[in-house]
Amino acid sequence: MPPVPMGKSGQTLAKGFNQLGWHWWPSDTAIATQQYDGRDRCINLGACGSGCAQGAKASTDITYWPHAVRAGVEVRTRCRVREITVNDEGMASGVAYYDEEGVERFQAAQVVIVACNGVGTPRLLLNSTSGKFPNGLANSSGLVGKNLMFHPYASIQGVFDEPMDGYKGPGVCIWSQEFYETDAERGFVRGYTYEINRGRGPVATALTGMFSGRIPRGEGHHEAYRRLFNRITGMVGICEDLPEEHNTVTLDPDLKDAHGIPAPKIDYTLSENSRRMLDHAVARGTEVLRAAGAVDIITEAPIGVGGWHLMGTARMGTDPQRSVVNEWGRAHDVRNLFIVDGSIFVTSAGVNPTRTIQALALYVADSMKKRLANLFD
Amino acid sequence: MDSIATDNPFTADQERALIAFAGAAIPASSAYAVPGADDPLIAADILATARRYADAIGAALDREDRLAIARHGAKFVDLDAAAKKSQIERANQPRSSDDASDDAEDELDRARFSAHRTMLSIIAQCYYRDDRVMRSLDMEPRSPFPEGFEVEEGDWSLLEPVRRRGKVYRDAPR
Repeated sequence: MPPVPMGKSGQTLAKGFNQLGWHWWPSDTAIATQQYDGRDRCINLGACGSGCAQGAKASTDITYWPHAVRAGVEVRTRCRVREITVNDEGMASGVAYYDEEGVERFQAAQVVIVACNGVGTPRLLLNSTSGKFPNGLANSSGLVGKNLMFHPYASIQGVFDEPMDGYKGPGVCIWSQEFYETDAERGFVRGYTYEINRGRGPVATALTGMFSGRIPRGEGHHEAYRRLFNRITGMVGICEDLPEEHNTVTLDPDLKDAHGIPAPKIDYTLSENSRRMLDHAVARGTEVLRAAGAVDIITEAPIGVGGWHLMGTARMGTDPQRSVVNEWGRAHDVRNLFIVDGSIFVTSAGVNPTRTIQALALYVADSMKKRLANLFD
Repeated sequence: MDSIATDNPFTADQERALIAFAGAAIPASSAYAVPGADDPLIAADILATARRYADAIGAALDREDRLAIARHGAKFVDLDAAAKKSQIERANQPRSSDDASDDAEDELDRARFSAHRTMLSIIAQCYYRDDRVMRSLDMEPRSPFPEGFEVEEGDWSLLEPVRRRGKVYRDAPR
């Protein structure tokens, strides 16, 4: 399937990357550019982050779920699981949950597979205490909820004299992994991906301009606005956060949700390594935007409105003392409990995590299928 | 959005202050033939949208009135354009940690800064979806779906230097 179009924004930035001899590559952006599997092709609606009326943008409800439902899976929505229960043998026996009416239910299970991601999964495991598992389920290592990782994002946006794509087309047009691998001379380990953002809609332009001081409130607003509208393109640097045990998801001692289930409490400190990576991403991003012809640069690092990908809090590994699940996703402590979300990551990787989560989920499912005869050995 | 009087969580003073705030942030322009954000249609949209954040915004607007009275002896809505602009700009300057001499005051400043950002976001959202404003920006006043937009494919021969350079990734260990 062809990538999404480069457009004016992608071509402008591609020329900047080429001028510096840096890597860049087309983007698929999880968007169907041709009809595929009952979904229609992208028609450049532009509001991809708010949901795709066309159905071209992939999301679980229109990709995996229809196939699963046709295969006999029953999807129960608007339910909230309180805890995973265990039997006398220490095996998961099912889940206690509240249905959409708030009625408590129990679902018995031969196998429990958790996909609640880097905050929801440790919250559920820590809430699943019992005589056999007083510190939470699958937590003999003490690592459930530890090593929380995000993706610190650096935003570097350029203002151009020529019109860009603005509000039209998929939000991402090209990528660059020029600075993905470790280079000791940069002063940090690991690296980041540049996700090239095509442009901004009218509201985002106003807010970017007003919050950065480029567009005044009051007199001069409209003149300044028109200097930015359809003329911004740039990138975010997606930095690879590394696991640190002091970054945690624990249970809040006081706060509870509407069902009385203890809420998660998050403690996180941005590391010096990630801070240096952000600075590097801003400096190099500024270079490539200038090379592409930008006349003004707007930066923010880390940004507050993105990069909150949740990873690392039930890490995968072969050593039961240093990990929560084994190398094919089964909890070391509970032989019929599996985890298939971002919490099993051992590093965040300097790229958005959804495809890796999908790959791991498919890999764990295949591993289970291959071992059906001796799954619990 | 249809509403009834009892739906409105704002007092009359808060409503006037919010509309004045909107008009001070985005004024009308005869040069571009656009209304201000205090235009009746846009203001109604702003008031309806702001209801979701009524507690924080209402408190922020009350505080603006108290500050305006303390500094100028008049409510925010009665200030001249320069004084309104100055007060808005000041609210959007987060106090640095060096300035923090009083925890309670610092907390109030943070709440004020946050509420102002929420108000500005709502004002911009409602203003820039108004048909008259969209037309002035050469946009068609319509939703993106179902017509979509044209985006040029671009010149993929630009990739040739990247291809010539070869792979930049490591092979996975076997």
